[in-house]
Amino acid sequence: MKRRTALKLAAASLVAGSLAIGTAQAGDTVKIGAVAPKTGPLAGGSTVTHWPNIHLWVHEVNARGGLKLKDGRKKIELIEYDDQTNPGVHIKAAQRLATQDKVDFIVAPYGTGFNLASAPIYAKHGYPQIAVSAISDKIPELTKRYPGIFFTLGSTTSFASAVSDILSKMRADGKMGGRIAMVNVADAFGIELAETARPIFKKAGFEIVYDKSYPLGTQDLSPIMKGAKASKPDAFVAWSYPPDTFGLTKQAITQNLDVKAFYTAVATCFPAYGKVFGKSIEGNLGAGGVDPTTPAMKAYRKAHMEVTGKPADGWASANTYVSLQVLEQAIEGVGSVDRKAVTQYIKDNTFKTIMGDINFVDQVSHRFWTVGQWQGGEFYGVASKGMPNAKPVILKKGWK
Amino acid sequence: MTSREIRTLVIAVILFGLAALLPFSGNGYFISIGVTIAMYVVLSTSWALFSGPTHYISLATAAFYGLGTMIVATGIETVPYVVLLLISAVAGALMAALVGLATLRLSGVYFVIFTLGLAEMIRQLVSWLQNNLGGSRGLYVLTDLTEDHIYWELLALAAFVFLIGWWIGRSRLGFAMRIIGNDETVAAHCGINTARSKIMLFMVSGMVAALVGALLAPRWTYIEPNIAFSPLLSFEVVIMALLGGTKRLWGPLVGVVPFTILLEVIEANYPSQTILVLGIAFLLIVYLVPHGVVGRLEQSFAKFRRGGN
Amino acid sequence: MDILITGILLGGTYTLIAMGLNLQYGVARIMNLANGEMLVAGAFAAFWTYTAGQVSPILSILFVAPLAFLANWIIYRVILMPLIKRAKNQGQLEVDSILATFGMGFAFVGIMIATFGADYFSYDYLGDGVQIIGNTFALNRIVAFFAAVIICAILYAWLYWSRPGTAVRAVAVNPQAAGLVGINVRRVSALAFALGGSLTAVGGSLISTFLTLDASVGVLFTMKALIIVIMGGVGDVRGVIVAALILGLAETAVATLIDPGLTLAAAYFIFILVLLFRPQGLFGKPTS
Repeated sequence: MKRRTALKLAAASLVAGSLAIGTAQAGDTVKIGAVAPKTGPLAGGSTVTHWPNIHLWVHEVNARGGLKLKDGRKKIELIEYDDQTNPGVHIKAAQRLATQDKVDFIVAPYGTGFNLASAPIYAKHGYPQIAVSAISDKIPELTKRYPGIFFTLGSTTSFASAVSDILSKMRADGKMGGRIAMVNVADAFGIELAETARPIFKKAGFEIVYDKSYPLGTQDLSPIMKGAKASKPDAFVAWSYPPDTFGLTKQAITQNLDVKAFYTAVATCFPAYGKVFGKSIEGNLGAGGVDPTTPAMKAYRKAHMEVTGKPADGWASANTYVSLQVLEQAIEGVGSVDRKAVTQYIKDNTFKTIMGDINFVDQVSHRFWTVGQWQGGEFYGVASKGMPNAKPVILKKGWK
Repeated sequence: MTSREIRTLVIAVILFGLAALLPFSGNGYFISIGVTIAMYVVLSTSWALFSGPTHYISLATAAFYGLGTMIVATGIETVPYVVLLLISAVAGALMAALVGLATLRLSGVYFVIFTLGLAEMIRQLVSWLQNNLGGSRGLYVLTDLTEDHIYWELLALAAFVFLIGWWIGRSRLGFAMRIIGNDETVAAHCGINTARSKIMLFMVSGMVAALVGALLAPRWTYIEPNIAFSPLLSFEVVIMALLGGTKRLWGPLVGVVPFTILLEVIEANYPSQTILVLGIAFLLIVYLVPHGVVGRLEQSFAKFRRGGN
Repeated sequence: MDILITGILLGGTYTLIAMGLNLQYGVARIMNLANGEMLVAGAFAAFWTYTAGQVSPILSILFVAPLAFLANWIIYRVILMPLIKRAKNQGQLEVDSILATFGMGFAFVGIMIATFGADYFSYDYLGDGVQIIGNTFALNRIVAFFAAVIICAILYAWLYWSRPGTAVRAVAVNPQAAGLVGINVRRVSALAFALGGSLTAVGGSLISTFLTLDASVGVLFTMKALIIVIMGGVGDVRGVIVAALILGLAETAVATLIDPGLTLAAAYFIFILVLLFRPQGLFGKPTS
């Protein structure tokens, strides 16, 4: 929110058609830029997990007196832009941060598409890009292309297999049969996950009895749920986005869908999900997860509530905060804003975060939650890569 | 060619030459603004080619643009990029022909409404096809094209659009369009096939918009249908063209440049209220410059001349 | 059977939205592209009163309706009047109003984001299932449907059996002639525009009980309302009701039988058929 007058001057001179702009000055602050949606289709998600954590982190670092560098503590000056969920606007804003505002670091964007669209800019200017909300199956190719990109949430395959593993175990324990109803949102994320999941489910011996997609922004999901119900599934899996996660759950309650496992992807872990549906979502599975019992996580959630006025969600909130902690420790470890050194530091070191120790192997972190479940009004991680203390999965027992 | 035309041509070539030098500045920010401006210049000029003389407001730019983007995204791993560009152009023209056949014989309102939701419908169809046939193919466009290349490609396309516009203005088609724009009944009585003329122009406009989408696909790397078919794009194109004025070929250009810079200033200074400010700017343009900047200029120019004589 | 009932329930709510646009376009001659935003505003109001004060969305209609009426009256007098005065003919007014209301739509989205944020909003109201002939339907849909039916019935009675209603219909048929018989066309147009906006907002309040919405979703509803109005015939109340039911049925049938991803394509398909064969609307008389 803190706009520099220099920037306004820059904008004014741009209008005048002047090419000579420059606000470069070795200030007493570390300038950090952030571009993410505040409006548009992805804003509903980014205002839950992305922006609050950036604000929380900046608040905390500045409350401590700033980042500890070789030449003393320096406060963070945050410059933020809205990309309107529009990649064209995003690229311009990222370029503006890099060349006009000359920020020292940029917080990685929100969403897979935006992380990839802006990766060339980060690479060109040498910014480390710790991508949180990016899930892709092309990670090896991307990390080779962009030496400063880091992935923390894993691949589509790990997400789909985690769901498959949970269902397989329930079937092996004799708790449910092998019929899966699968639906997906017909957008990049949903299509990719459904495509990955199909062979995985089949290989695990499941029968996909219902397999449909619906476009992003479908308000009326009742035909989907009726179709799924008619196929008499044992488990319901939806690779869904926030609005349809809510919509599908609503419909499932209305139709009283009788399944042993009910999985919806993004936004199942949102606090609003628990608030809207209350007790009826006991046992619902969703993407992500968290271990809310550790002291570090408890302190983080309390601070999140106090500083931003909103509760943290059960997945990406913590991951976003972790990525900022990694950035913070790397900057302090190097002791300066030398981006190349900071990027190298991230590759070489292990970081102490609220999710435990995090390190990167070939620019990928292998510690993250994959599946969580609502149990007693709290969203717990039940499956993960490398995270300890996963809760045992419980069966979904009706909607009352 | 008259001497005046030659003079215009020379000026145009010099301007294009100067514009082509931008990437050598090496400043990524200016290049990305340049790409944005070039994109809007091409889109709104080609929009005005059709909507200027006919007064049919097309809100379908995003549909054509998205179509081009999705074609490139789907084929990039198996088909050469140049071939994909050709396919996009043909597909854009074909779709425009279909839409034109269905709606252009009717009054303008039907056309507006039809084009308003077209992008959304094409998005649904494309997503559905992708979901049921293509799978995750068509999401990643990993090429070695940089913003510099995209900028030059768009500039070349802009030159092409201006040439076509100039040619249409001199051709029988352009003459027919002017009569249709003034009075469609008169035009029909002169023996002009009004529907065919309109459809042909709409095809040019659709083809160019699809090409722009195809050229820009490498810029995004990861293509999400809901972003490729952003309805906002259609409206931005309309408002920029109207701001400039649609009576002259270079009218939209006069609208695009200040509007893009205005947007840039808004985005940089009011990051949280962009949409609100955009909406108000839109209203102001409709109320204060109904005939576009060019119309305003010509008005005052005419007044000045009258006063002088 | 299931398709039939779901389709009719959906069509009922569509009727209300389309009726609002029909009054605005058919009578006041304003093609209001900000119609969907008005709907979202109504939905926001219901959401807000429900979460903050536990007021039932059905009750909140009682204050949403007059508020929206007032807001739309002001919009018509302040924002649209200059355009109406400026326009030399119907064609120019159409172009100008399309552009102006589109800009207005954006401004509304901006205002709503500034006041409520860009989050999705959703609440659980009467979400229980009800059994009808062996199939389960959400109670909130049925309530919304009957509310829409009652409102439409009142509107219909008002239009056909009252003096101001008759004046509104007269302006819809022919503004010049209506002026000649002593009807204050501008007053009636303003009334129709405000009433239309109010209906749309009420439709939004009802819809919010069973759909998840966010600030930028309005344009989708504008689209559907436009298709219904064109299909039913501009200014034709009965046509709109039939068209809304057809659209609701078609969407449900396609979603259930073919693929939920193709509902808009289905709406478009119907739209094209109407344009090709009955461009004057389902019940309109051909103009020669």
